[in-house]
Amino acid sequence: MTGLVAERTTVPASEAEAVDLIREHAARAMPLRILGGGTRKAGRASGPATLLSTAGLSGITLFEPAEMVLSAKAGTPMAEIEAALDAKGQMLPFEPMDHRRLLGTGGEPTIGGVAAGNICGPRRFKAGGARDSLIGLRFINGAGEVIRSGGRVMKNVTGLDLVKLQAGACGTLGLLSEVTFKLLPTPETSASLVIEGLGDEAAVALLCKAAGSPFEMTGAAHLPAGAGSATARTVLRVEGFADQVTYRLERLAALCESPALRLDARDSLALWRDIRDGVVLDAAPGDAVWRVSIAPNRAPKLAARLRGARRFTHIYDWCGGLMLLATPEEGDAGAEVLRAAVAAEGGGHATLLRGSEALRARIDVFQPLTPGLERLTRAVKASIDPKGLFNPGLMYPGL
Amino acid sequence: MAGIAFPEPSQAILARKREIVAALKALIPADAVIEDARELVPYETDAFTAYRRVPLAVVLPRSTDEVSRVLKYCHEAGVPVVPRGAGTSLAGGAIPLEDAVVVGVARMDRLIDVDFANRTARVEAGMTNLAISDAVGPKGFFYAPDPSSQLACTIGGNIANNSGGAHCLKYGVTTNNILGLTLVLDDGEVVEIGGDAIDAPGYDFLGLLCGSEGQMGIITEAVVRILPKPEGARPVLFGFATSEDAGACVADVIGAGIVPVAMEFMDKPAIEICENFAHAGYPMDAGALLIVEVEGSNAEMASMLARIIEIARAHKVQTIKESQSAMEAAAIWKGRKSAFGATGRVADYICMDGTVPLGKLSHVLKETDRIVESYGLRVANVFHAGDGNMHPLVLYDVNDPDERVKAEAAGMDILKLCVESGGCLTGEHGVGIEKRDLMHHQYRPEELAQQKRIRAAFDRAERFNPSKVFPLEARS
Ligand SMILES: Cc1cc2nc3c(=O)[nH]c(=O)nc-3n(C[C@H](O)[C@H](O)[C@H](O)COP(=O)(O)OP(=O)(O)OC[C@H]3O[C@@H](n4cnc5c(N)ncnc54)[C@H](O)[C@@H]3O)c2cc1C
Repeated sequence: MTGLVAERTTVPASEAEAVDLIREHAARAMPLRILGGGTRKAGRASGPATLLSTAGLSGITLFEPAEMVLSAKAGTPMAEIEAALDAKGQMLPFEPMDHRRLLGTGGEPTIGGVAAGNICGPRRFKAGGARDSLIGLRFINGAGEVIRSGGRVMKNVTGLDLVKLQAGACGTLGLLSEVTFKLLPTPETSASLVIEGLGDEAAVALLCKAAGSPFEMTGAAHLPAGAGSATARTVLRVEGFADQVTYRLERLAALCESPALRLDARDSLALWRDIRDGVVLDAAPGDAVWRVSIAPNRAPKLAARLRGARRFTHIYDWCGGLMLLATPEEGDAGAEVLRAAVAAEGGGHATLLRGSEALRARIDVFQPLTPGLERLTRAVKASIDPKGLFNPGLMYPGL
Repeated sequence: MAGIAFPEPSQAILARKREIVAALKALIPADAVIEDARELVPYETDAFTAYRRVPLAVVLPRSTDEVSRVLKYCHEAGVPVVPRGAGTSLAGGAIPLEDAVVVGVARMDRLIDVDFANRTARVEAGMTNLAISDAVGPKGFFYAPDPSSQLACTIGGNIANNSGGAHCLKYGVTTNNILGLTLVLDDGEVVEIGGDAIDAPGYDFLGLLCGSEGQMGIITEAVVRILPKPEGARPVLFGFATSEDAGACVADVIGAGIVPVAMEFMDKPAIEICENFAHAGYPMDAGALLIVEVEGSNAEMASMLARIIEIARAHKVQTIKESQSAMEAAAIWKGRKSAFGATGRVADYICMDGTVPLGKLSHVLKETDRIVESYGLRVANVFHAGDGNMHPLVLYDVNDPDERVKAEAAGMDILKLCVESGGCLTGEHGVGIEKRDLMHHQYRPEELAQQKRIRAAFDRAERFNPSKVFPLEARS
């Protein structure tokens, strides 16, 4: 991570080496900062630590297309995973975002980073996030013990679900060494409808209505004017076998009550990749970018509430349940007004997705927790990483 | 007689029963506190009926606030608490302890709010699984996870056990369908986890609570996802000569990239039991049966079925029976969903719940038969084949102590086989007391210790549902 005074970077070549490294650090209470592909400059900026790269923990360890399950060591590049899956016509169901274009970063995203960040994409509202497909993992806790949770089977309630706990913990609860995901067949084809010129309220209402229909929409975004096009676009996607796609698209078009353009598979794929990666957002190079999670039909109200208070551009995904919002970095980059507005609209949360290191040092990158949740968060952290070795301060101050 | 050990109840707590009951009655309406020995009997076990313990008292609060007051008191008085929904646990998860107060959420059964636009419903934890679907059904929605016990079991119990059901192949299990919870902690503090947004901030405590088996707090409310009903749904029966054929067909359907909504398996003994009970038209000459359900428009279902039928033919399918009406479809599901109940009419049984990789299905089925036979008992298999979640029902006579011991031993052997085959001890029923002492077969000591430390981050004195899930000797 830039600007960080790193003592050294280590690249353990195996889980066993990582265990040794963590035990050494535990003995001296020295913090570690876990580095996957380095594509996300996420989290709060914080003090010096040994950089632990997962690059040496790489490779697919199990792939059973007939059982739709894949295990890989945490540092395995996503490109390698996707190539292997492609060859068998399968995919990770949750369509993980690739942050590089929005954040202007390099590196190769890793499967461990995807798991630890609970990364997902447009299919989230329908097919779940990384947490919903992650069925097993191995991690090393703060005592240097290898802990397994879940496994390679589709259903498992044996003991506590530490798999879910690790998804989204951003490596603050140990080093993931291997992860197992369930897969889905890649849809034979896909297509989208685009309706132009709708305002935010009308667009989100339409997307919610479509999501409440039986026609299995798997993408539901609204791109206001300026987001990749001069006119506002409301985009509905369906995926499946060719005959299904044709049928569902017709039914959704009938439900829209406004003229809709049809995007065929190629154009649809390209547009959804841009939506997934946040690049349709009209963000100036220096803008901060927020990721806001809120009940879908309250999202336009949130935008309306912010309009007087701050200059911003935005897009909606997940029927409105996810907003990406770009705003100048000045001050707190809108943290306070944004979070107050989210609270006033009935709750949700806002996470800073993109921001300079200076900004990340002066504001809460992650939504501050309620006192009850904060106590539990600290207690859970202490139960796994009592010395605070892993990614200290990355999510919350002092944790 | 062999069997599962319970810890010795604390004599000190037993001696304080009168004082404890009086204190509880001062906190919540007296009619919500049950103390009379006779009235406590209905709470002495759950659906794992071979074990029973009469609790100190049962309280049935009507609000989160009442739950909070009760827990605060129990915390201060050092009294263990056993959370309870409808008591349909098959693993003994809701079986009381003699020195514990059972806190049941059955009276908290209100639908608080439905938001159709956002496809969520906020419900009290005692609302039954089916009541949620019934409440949103008229508007074309349903709550997806559908345990066979859905008429009785509560959403709180579903969350605590991360319950599944026949349609989870497509829709996921409980943890994939919950957005928020209200949780009352050991000292009575109330915390809100998640809410009605699609994802929640911070650590995934929703995921952690799903499957926590009543050991981290009492869930009093939940925000659940509701889904639009499909245009149509059609279950189809496929009869095969052997279990191997049926098992191989399942693997090939999944392998071909087809994910039906449900794929349920029954072997010959199960077919006979269910058919005699439900008269669903199951083929009595089949050695094994699959119920495969597809969803969508008529054309979509037809094209999906055509693909599945082609695969089934490659596995020498003997009979194919498509439901022609809603009534026939209901009969097909009635047979499957009443499998446990129907079995209960012909014999006592224990139901195992291990999950295995699909590729090991045939092997594990064959070995299961061999294990049960070696104990001189019979087994019927009905299970969620698409996700490898086995449910061998080991039949025995509860009045024959020798048979009970044998049945339990056979069950344990089957579960070890599941773990050795790359699977796990329990796919959806939970560990409870039943599989507690097998946890060593799946986890190393440091892994169990790690889980216990996480649990203690919530339940500091391990006062919730003690003596469940974790082997007794591993307790601190
Ligand atoms: C005939 C039959 C069929 C079944 N079919 C299925 C099936 O298809 N799929 C499946 O997954 N299960 C099935 N089950 C098992 C059982 O119904 C489920 O585990 C169910 O979720 C239990 O719900 P309950 O309300 O009865 O909970 P209980 O049995 O009362 O409790 C279960 C566990 O949850 C805890 N608990 C209950 N309520 C709360 C709460 N509010 N807060 C915190 N902890 C709580 C208890 O302490 C206990 O550990 C079946 C059971 C039967 C008898």
